[in-house]
Amino acid sequence: MKIIGERVNGMFLDIREGIQKRDPQALIDWAKKQEELGSDWIDLNAGPACANEAERVEAMKWMVEVVQPVTKLPLALDSTNYDAIEAGLELIDDARIADTLINSVPCEQEKMDRVFAMAAKFGCKVVCLTMDAKGVPQEADSRVALAMELVANADMAGVASDDLYIDPLILPCNVAQFHAPEVLKALAQIKTLADPAPNTVLGLSNVSQKSPDRSLINRTYLAMGAACGLDAVIADPCDDALMEVAATTEILLNKKIYADSYVKVYREKNL
Amino acid sequence: MAVQILKEKYAQPIRTFKLGATAEEGGTRCCSLAIGGEGTLPFQHYEGVNPNKPIVAMEVNTMIDLDWNENLKNAIGAQYIGNPTEWAKYVKEVGADAIYLKLDSADPDKGNDSPEKCAQLTKDVLAACDLPVIVAGSGNSEVDEEVLMAVADATKGENLLIGFAETEHYKSLVAACLGNGHGIIARSPLDINICKQLNILISEMNMPLERIVIDPLVSSVGYGIEYAYSIMERGRIGALTGDKTLSMPMIATVGFESWRQKEAWSNTEDFPQWGEQADRGPAWEAVTAAACLQGGVDILCMRHPVAIKSIKRQIDALMVK
Repeated sequence: MKIIGERVNGMFLDIREGIQKRDPQALIDWAKKQEELGSDWIDLNAGPACANEAERVEAMKWMVEVVQPVTKLPLALDSTNYDAIEAGLELIDDARIADTLINSVPCEQEKMDRVFAMAAKFGCKVVCLTMDAKGVPQEADSRVALAMELVANADMAGVASDDLYIDPLILPCNVAQFHAPEVLKALAQIKTLADPAPNTVLGLSNVSQKSPDRSLINRTYLAMGAACGLDAVIADPCDDALMEVAATTEILLNKKIYADSYVKVYREKNL
Repeated sequence: MAVQILKEKYAQPIRTFKLGATAEEGGTRCCSLAIGGEGTLPFQHYEGVNPNKPIVAMEVNTMIDLDWNENLKNAIGAQYIGNPTEWAKYVKEVGADAIYLKLDSADPDKGNDSPEKCAQLTKDVLAACDLPVIVAGSGNSEVDEEVLMAVADATKGENLLIGFAETEHYKSLVAACLGNGHGIIARSPLDINICKQLNILISEMNMPLERIVIDPLVSSVGYGIEYAYSIMERGRIGALTGDKTLSMPMIATVGFESWRQKEAWSNTEDFPQWGEQADRGPAWEAVTAAACLQGGVDILCMRHPVAIKSIKRQIDALMVK
């Protein structure tokens, strides 16, 4: 289970202030901490720190410049502004570009055209959302249909199916309970859409929005997702219980060979 | 239409361990042998790289009253038994790639040689023959710890490979190997989970993973070699598909395992239907070694000169691309 560390996000106050004042310390600290705790990517999202679209481009460039030198991990450039993502991609060093994630593109033609062309040009990976202009569908089948469209469009642009991370979009279970089992069904089907199979990802914390015990819901859903073919989550690597569950799913799905220290090995990428 | 050959794409190669240091590298060996480095399953040249030949290390034992099979002792040369330095010179004559020095005489029941004596014996062997050297203790864990520490200290810079570290006692050997630049053999009893755990424990003491060689404790043909193979295969596939804690070369004590089986040592008179013991013994050893090669073993520790020569011919044939 790969972890996209979610903490460098302008929705958190320390990061928001850091971006606005161009004070890098909070971003550096969180990037390092997430790497140490076992992330596979550092997600960069300016979120509400920017007042307008022009600012987003500058903020993304600044975040890449600040975070890239302090971590060995690849970055996930997280924005709805594709100029910002492109400006960020220009700054990624060659060794990491193939693992860099564009986060994200929905199933809308204009956006797909732009993003997949960009992914093909830079040779990086893309998070694809199974939603279109109408929003997030309820049923698994509709999610899978959108995933197929995304895979087909990526293919036409020259982006391989295994460079995609398809996100079937989980919604908060306290208001949209119906979605949780549908997303699990969709995960399993997405893995059969192409050969090599596309990767799957979820913005995990979304499932527990505004619930009192978020960690419990997150890690339970992580285990359920893993059994259905979930490959990666955008999540908080500081959540020890979550990381322990993530490590254990790899053992119980026979993806990693058991050793008593398997949790430690999971979190230490140099092992 | 041309047949398309399907190839596995693996995530990482096996690590490469350097056995022996030349004068330029701070030692006194004639060569430094690269061990491991495979990018695919054994000898699948069409699929990935097999940059280094598996090597054969010939056993030199320090025990004077060696209770080995008579035919085996005669094949080696009875004059070498009890004379490790002369035996070491003979290793080069046989054409083995390295010496596997087994310090059985350290065992209180088999000679009770002190740690200092064992360190001196090792230095004598190093002086007598310039091949790279692998050293193993007597197998008696009560004495081996101090013996191997003395050996490691006395041979600093020679890039030996020293064994055996086991889950119950590994710390002092790791410390001794780490401080003196040697590699370490991590031995686990045909158990991939313990194998992995031991590698993790050793690496937690800051030993680089490149200096660990796995001994999965293989058996002999006729005594569960199939199970040993399945363990080696599982570990090797795990390593190639990304498990860093299993991505080390492997070593197997083929000579010891083969020659303790009655099929190797029983007299011709007792089992006439099995054929001549003088042929049967080395054949048993060579066939066991051949099975280990297919499991991914990189270092074969062997005894009989005929078995060694035969397996070296097979390795050459298997390495042809």
